[in-house]
Amino acid sequence: MLKIKDLSADLGEFSMENINLEVENGQYFVILGPTGAGKTVLLEVIAGIYSADSGEIVLNDQNITNKPPKDRPISMVYQDYMLFPHLTVEDNIKFGLDSEGYSNEEIEKRTKEAVELLEIQDILHRYPRTLSGGERQRATLARGLVMDPDVFLLDEPVSALDVPTQEKIIDELKKIYRETEITIIHVTHSREKAVRLGERIAIMKEGEIKQTGNSSKVFREPNSEFVANFVGAENIFNATSKLNNGTAKVKLKDEIEIEALSNREGKVKACIRPEEIMVSKTPIDSSGRNMLEGEIIEISERENTMQLKVDTGIELVVTITKKSYADMNLKVGEKIHLAFKATAVHLI
Amino acid sequence: MKTEINKTVILFSIFSVILILYLLITIGNLIISQLVIDAGALWKTMWDSSVLKSIWISFSASFVSTAIAFLFGTPLAYFLARKNFPGKNFIESLIDVPVIIPHTVAGIALISVFGYNGLIGSPLEEIGIRFVDAFPGIVVAMLFVSIPFYINHVREGFESIDPKLENVARTLGESEWGTFRTITLPLAYRDVLAGSIMSWARGISEFGAVILITYYPMIAPVLIFERFRSFGLGASRPIAVVLILVSILIFVILRYLSRGWSLYAKD
Repeated sequence: MLKIKDLSADLGEFSMENINLEVENGQYFVILGPTGAGKTVLLEVIAGIYSADSGEIVLNDQNITNKPPKDRPISMVYQDYMLFPHLTVEDNIKFGLDSEGYSNEEIEKRTKEAVELLEIQDILHRYPRTLSGGERQRATLARGLVMDPDVFLLDEPVSALDVPTQEKIIDELKKIYRETEITIIHVTHSREKAVRLGERIAIMKEGEIKQTGNSSKVFREPNSEFVANFVGAENIFNATSKLNNGTAKVKLKDEIEIEALSNREGKVKACIRPEEIMVSKTPIDSSGRNMLEGEIIEISERENTMQLKVDTGIELVVTITKKSYADMNLKVGEKIHLAFKATAVHLI
Repeated sequence: MKTEINKTVILFSIFSVILILYLLITIGNLIISQLVIDAGALWKTMWDSSVLKSIWISFSASFVSTAIAFLFGTPLAYFLARKNFPGKNFIESLIDVPVIIPHTVAGIALISVFGYNGLIGSPLEEIGIRFVDAFPGIVVAMLFVSIPFYINHVREGFESIDPKLENVARTLGESEWGTFRTITLPLAYRDVLAGSIMSWARGISEFGAVILITYYPMIAPVLIFERFRSFGLGASRPIAVVLILVSILIFVILRYLSRGWSLYAKD
C-alpha cells in the first residue's frame, strides 16, 4: 500500500498542501483535477524528483520520503513521453535495467516481456523522433514496466494523442493493469478517462485534495460545488432543503420544488447529473419522483451524446444518447417532459 | 504576397552580401596580395621553424586552456542552466566581463595574480611553476578571454535539454552523475563541441592579454607583431596568411566532424 500523510511541498510556481492519500496494492487510482492543480508536482514528489517540505510517503511499510528517486520502486511516465532522443527504443527500454546493473539475461527477458505486452517489436531499432505519438507512448510505458515497479505513475498519458490513438492506449493501459496487477496512479484532467479507468479517484484543486472515494461515489455525491462542477454535475443550484418523512423537499425557486434522498436541511446546493434526467415528449410514467416540463432552448452535440438545455423555470442540462435524440426528433423550441429520481439529487 | 516576400529576400540578400564581401575582401586581399607580391616568401614561411613553433604554441596552449574550461566550466554551466541560487546574476555577469574589458587590461590583471609577486604566481614560483614568460602564462591568459565563449555556449546547450529527461533517468535508477553522463552530456554534445571550438579559436586569436604576461615563448600573434614592428608588413604578412590558412582548414574540418552529431538531435 502507498500511504501519503500530510504531504506538503512548495516549489515556487506550484505548491501542494497536506495531501493525504491511500492507494491499495494493485489498485488503479486516478487523480483528477484542472490544469495547474498540482497533479504533476504530486507525482514528482512521490517519485522523489522533488523533496517534500513536510509529511511522509510510506510504500509497503517502508518510509521512502527522503530516498532519492533511484532507490524508490516507482516508475513515472510523463505526458510528453520523455523518451531519450539519442537512444533507440530498445536502448530506451533497457536504460533503467542497465542502470540498476541487471544481468544481460534478465535485461533481455524483461525487455522481451514488455515488448510483447505492448506489441512494439517493429519499432525497437528506431529513434524516438521517427515514431508516432502512439508508438512513443507504448515505448515509454514499456520502459517503465520493465523496472517492475511497485507503483506506476502516469502523468496524463493520453492527452497529447489524437482521439483514435487515445482509445488504443487506454485499451493498452487496461491490458497492462489486467495482466500485471500493478498499482497505478494516473493523473488526468479528463473526467471521462477517470471514470473509464479509475477504481478510486481523488479530485485535486490548487495543490489540495478535495475529495477521495470510489469513482461512482465521487461522481454522484460530490462534497463541494467545485467537485460537482468538475465531475460534470452541470446542474448545480442554490436551494433550500426541508426534511419531510425521510426525504428532503428542495426548493430551487419559488415555484419549483423537487425531492432528494438526503438528510441535509437549510441552505444547500442541489446537484443533478445531466445523464440522470429522463426525457420524453409525453408525460413520463416512471419511478422518478421529480417531474418537470420545459422548453428546449439549446441543443449541442458531444462526442457520443447530445446535450439539451431545457428551460423549466430553471435551466437544466440533460444528456441523452444520439439514438434517443434521433428517435425523438427533438428540436429547439419544443416542449418536453423531464423526470429524475430523488436519488439523482445530491445536496451539498 | 509574392511581391512582398521577394522584396524582403532581396533586401536580406543585399545586406548579407555586403557583410560577406567585407569578410572576403579583408581576408582574401591579405592572401591574394601575398600570393601576387611574393608567393615564394609565403612558401618559405610555411616551413620556417620559428613560425611553425609559434603556431604550435598557440594551438597547444589554447587546447590546454580549452581542456581546463571544459573541466571546470562544464559543471558551472550546468549549475547556471539548472539551478537558482543567490548571486547567480552576479556570476553570469562576471563570466561575461572578459568579453568586455580591453585585453591589455586583462593582461595587467593576470600579471597581478600570476606574476612573480602575484597572489598565485608568487607561491607557485617557489615550487617551480612559473607563469611569466612561460607556457602556463599563455594558458591562463587564453583561458581568461575564452571562458565566456565556452560557458555561455554550453549553458545554452544544457538549458535546451528538458529537465524531465533527467528526472526520468533518475526514476529509472540512475544517480545524478550517471544521469549527467548518460543523458545530459550526450544530448548537449553539439553545444559542448561548439563551445570548445569557439573557446579554442578565441584562445588562438588572443594577443593583448598574452603579450603582457608572456612574450617568450611566442605565440603566432605575438610573432606577427614582432616581425611587423621590426621588419614591416612584408615580413609579417606571410605569417598572418599562414595562420589564416591553417585556422580555416582546421575550422572546416571541425565543422564537418561536428555535423555528424546530428544523430543526437533533440526531438
